Amino acid sequence: MISMEESDAAAVLRARSGDSQAFRLLVEHHSRNIFRLAYRMTGNEQDAEDVVQETFFKAFRQLNGFEERSNFSTWLYRIGVNCALDLLRKRRRHDEFQEPLEPDHGRGVFEADPHESTPDRLVFSIEVKRQVTQALERLSPMERSAFVLRHFEGMSIEEVGQVLGLQTSAAKHSIFRAVRKMRVALEPLMSSLR
Amino acid sequence: MKHLNEDQLILHYYGEAPDPAAIESHLFSCADCRAGFEGLRRVLAAANALQVPERRESYGSEVWQRLRPRLSERRRWDWKPTFHVSRWAWASLITAMLVAAFFLGRFWPRAEIPVAKLPPGQVRERILLASVADHLESSQRVLMEVVNASGNGSVDISQQQASAEDLVAANRLYRQSAERAGEAGMEGVLEELERILLEIAHSSSQLTSGELNEIRRRIDTQGILFKVRVIGDRVRERQKAAARELARRNL
Ligand SMILES: [Zn+2]
Repeated sequence: MISMEESDAAAVLRARSGDSQAFRLLVEHHSRNIFRLAYRMTGNEQDAEDVVQETFFKAFRQLNGFEERSNFSTWLYRIGVNCALDLLRKRRRHDEFQEPLEPDHGRGVFEADPHESTPDRLVFSIEVKRQVTQALERLSPMERSAFVLRHFEGMSIEEVGQVLGLQTSAAKHSIFRAVRKMRVALEPLMSSLR
Repeated sequence: MKHLNEDQLILHYYGEAPDPAAIESHLFSCADCRAGFEGLRRVLAAANALQVPERRESYGSEVWQRLRPRLSERRRWDWKPTFHVSRWAWASLITAMLVAAFFLGRFWPRAEIPVAKLPPGQVRERILLASVADHLESSQRVLMEVVNASGNGSVDISQQQASAEDLVAANRLYRQSAERAGEAGMEGVLEELERILLEIAHSSSQLTSGELNEIRRRIDTQGILFKVRVIGDRVRERQKAAARELARRNL
């Protein structure tokens, strides 16, 4: 049986020689993964769709730069992360001209006991999602990327470094910083559960 | 034994601690560290509440459908770009004459142009429109390449710079002719285009991502790509009409 990696490598070779159906295969194999990554990086569907398009567009343009012995999926993730980072940085620069966000830990929405009844539990889970989203937004683009790749994508710290173009120790410290910030942001809400 | 610090707990959570057995045994015997690890686990488990919206089974082919037109567009632009550029070196003189003749011929008294030295009117017009359209396409290509440029740290745009420099000279010619001909819309777009091309031609060939983003931002906010495409389409239309007219006359 042919593994995903082998069939990717074969498709890359064919796509390079101008076979658009081969590139189509690569797009179809990896679209969902790149969308998932992009959504977690950007936090909304529209941006994630844009990142998906941009990622494959760039991959197509840079196909000749892909080294055959490397893993296509890692290479594609690197492009995807960079596209998402570009978008986040653009957004961030735009936001600098807006009013800064006030931190609002557990403001108003969640005051009832989450164990009490089903509606409250629902409110609680909505509130958790809201605060997770907010906590992720407050990470720096690099911290967010490192966290998404390690926590959600299950990459090893070494792989995270490869994708982000960082030394392993730098990737590790980005993850530490991200987790610490997540913890500071979410701890008050989580300890209300006890 | 010393208590575990937060970094060690984070590594342990992700299964990347260098000595997991030692950490396990410390957690087993130390209530403080165990509580710390539990707190960390709760927070990281909460992060999983962020669900990703479902994509359909057919998502991959939907992505492909959206992507495909952009890929073929690029292929057309990619077609021997150096040929486009080097052609300008010798074409600009001929073009200068043609452009001037075209606009002057249309809007200024006929007596003032050395008509005999130029190709017949319809042919002249068609050649001119084709070179304006080519110019606009080459300009779009250079702007697109700059917009889509990427790299680690600094980005090399030396190729785009060389193209931009060539395009500036031709652009100036077309702009001046458009101005003389009173084609204000065309003149305005060419003027904006010229400024962007100049900026690209005169920037450093190794851009930091900040500098690159600044150029991208200018291209974006002025909507220059869109405007160039619109007048490019108009010119192509005129060129086709001229070709049809020529064919009809030669029948
Ligand atoms: Zn301890």
